[in-house]
Amino acid sequence: MKCVECNTVPDANGHFGVYGGRYVAETLMPALIEVEKAYRAAQADPAFESEFRGLLKHYVGRPSPLYFAPRLTEAFGGAKIYLKREDLNHTGAHKVNNTLGQAILARRMGKKKLMAETGAGQHGVATATVAARFGMECDVYMGEEDIRRQAPNVKRMNLLGARVIPVTSGTKTLKDAMSEALREWVAAVDTTFYVIGTVAGPHPYPLMVRDFQSVIGIEAREQFLELENRLPEMVIACVGGGSNAAGLFYPFLNDAGVKMVGVEAAGHGIATGQHAASIEAGRPGILHGSKSYVLQDSEGQILNAHSISAGLDYPGVGPEHALWADLKRVEYSGITDAEAVAAFHELSLMEGIIPALESSHALAEARKRARTVGKNGAIVVCLSGRGDKDLESVLDYDKEQNSEVRIQKSE
Amino acid sequence: MRKYVERGTCRARESDYDMSRIEETFKRLSKGNRKALVGFLVAGDPDLERSERDCRMALENGVDVLELGVPFSDPTADGPVIQAAGQRSLAAGTTVATVLALAKRLRRDFETPIVLFGYVNPFFNYGYEKLAKDAAAAGVDAFLVVDLPFEESGEFRVHLDAVGLDFISLIAPTTPDARLGKILKEARGFVYYIMVKGVTGARAGVAEDVAGHLVRLKNHTHLPVAAGFGVSNGNQAREAARHADGVVVGSALVKAAAENRLVPLIREIRQALDCKEK
Repeated sequence: MKCVECNTVPDANGHFGVYGGRYVAETLMPALIEVEKAYRAAQADPAFESEFRGLLKHYVGRPSPLYFAPRLTEAFGGAKIYLKREDLNHTGAHKVNNTLGQAILARRMGKKKLMAETGAGQHGVATATVAARFGMECDVYMGEEDIRRQAPNVKRMNLLGARVIPVTSGTKTLKDAMSEALREWVAAVDTTFYVIGTVAGPHPYPLMVRDFQSVIGIEAREQFLELENRLPEMVIACVGGGSNAAGLFYPFLNDAGVKMVGVEAAGHGIATGQHAASIEAGRPGILHGSKSYVLQDSEGQILNAHSISAGLDYPGVGPEHALWADLKRVEYSGITDAEAVAAFHELSLMEGIIPALESSHALAEARKRARTVGKNGAIVVCLSGRGDKDLESVLDYDKEQNSEVRIQKSE
Repeated sequence: MRKYVERGTCRARESDYDMSRIEETFKRLSKGNRKALVGFLVAGDPDLERSERDCRMALENGVDVLELGVPFSDPTADGPVIQAAGQRSLAAGTTVATVLALAKRLRRDFETPIVLFGYVNPFFNYGYEKLAKDAAAAGVDAFLVVDLPFEESGEFRVHLDAVGLDFISLIAPTTPDARLGKILKEARGFVYYIMVKGVTGARAGVAEDVAGHLVRLKNHTHLPVAAGFGVSNGNQAREAARHADGVVVGSALVKAAAENRLVPLIREIRQALDCKEK
């Protein structure tokens, strides 16, 4: 399926169709316009491109492999499963592709300090990492609940010299961390560059983050062509804010034969209301600076999201995904906590790769689609991060499930 | 009681004689060489009944323009005091509709301008066109939407214009001159100058470059200017009002209302504003 409109967005004010834009306090508007100008200038400067590419290669370790997973393919019983190994990047996830780009931009703009919000801690670690690499100060805003769920990443950020600032408002998760980061940025806007970790937020972030993450799709497309001498039938990635998905999908948009599936976190199930499926269960609204699908009540108050995966636990989604959903260029579906945990175990046992819980959602979707695509086809799954950070969450989850099973049996 | 022209749901301002409540208020104060006290309270904090009582106390004791805060779950421009007030209000079940009903009840007894102050999502969710009409019918005079900057506000402004309501523009210390001109060309009612780079809430002093920025603003607009953010007592109010036509007091009033000392604070600020400089 071709997508003409996909190629003409965003407009000058950052609109992806009716989505996107810049919905922020006036105090931040000039800063956003400045970031946009600096980004446009950087794009046109070969020195920026060559520094970015150089660091992606020598510091991040790109290109990341496109790995054919033979035992997983056999277990799924259908299409050949290829994994885009973003988990092998320095810092263990795709997040660093973006933070590196933004840090180089921040340095060009003369900023001495980076700030970031984080959910799972992956973006926080990736920002702390590049801050250390460039000798910049770094503050990371993180919900108290996530600090508890993702303790190892908090320690990593501290080791890297960043300050982790606990956010105690609201649900104490990613949504509140981002609200708090926006509040703090207003006060520090002269000296500090706000490194947003996903394709959400006000313009130019959705555009800029997509561009920096597009290296995923560009490589995957080239690698697949080289290995199979054709394009895959399907590409799948998980969607919280949606940065790894945007990075994988964007370079395939004009390949009409490539079906794309974005996987949202269905938590305990869409029907329970305990989920993070903004596109499937949300309505257009405005959150954190842009218009997109948002989980909200009948009065336009933002609802709390739920997912076992801290990185997907967000009630909004990037505006370009909202457009792709409306245009039906990308199909969005939901995977529950239980399905994601099962996929987490399966990949660990079948291929000796422990995936992040976020990426496990994409794997679980691939399992469902493999037979439909068929043995002659292939699916590329974005393995967006490694799962070391999630060991405790998964073990806790399994313990709870087992005790529930025992209780049910004894009843 | 001052005479004012009832503005119905479909009537735009027709002539200079049909002056808006906001224009009239600032004009009257300016004639008396006085500054406007723009007071902010969160509608429905801690519940609608007590909130209505607080609003009435504010209106009876010297607030010239009432900003009624419409609560939002994720108030990214507010400090802890207004965040907490918004949470209390939401917990008590406040909605855009109940805030409109509150405005309507206040309008029966007062002619003070009422500005609905909030974040865009609850307004977008209500529907801009319906909101403009319902607000006009309730006797609301203007909207101030923190996270709806000039570039994104066109659609809402059209609907407000159609019913003769003002869209209040915010200007920050970071707003460059070129942008200032663009925003102020479309500004209505009064201009809200944000004195500090930061969220709402009390601060020790008044930001230093305020005078310069206010002079800069005045070069671009004939509209009255109210200065806000960080004003919490009489001295700060007088200082902030020196180069402006009015001063906005928000968090401090919200806090005072919660502590049952709203009237003394309003009187203190009113007195400080009205006390002529020696």
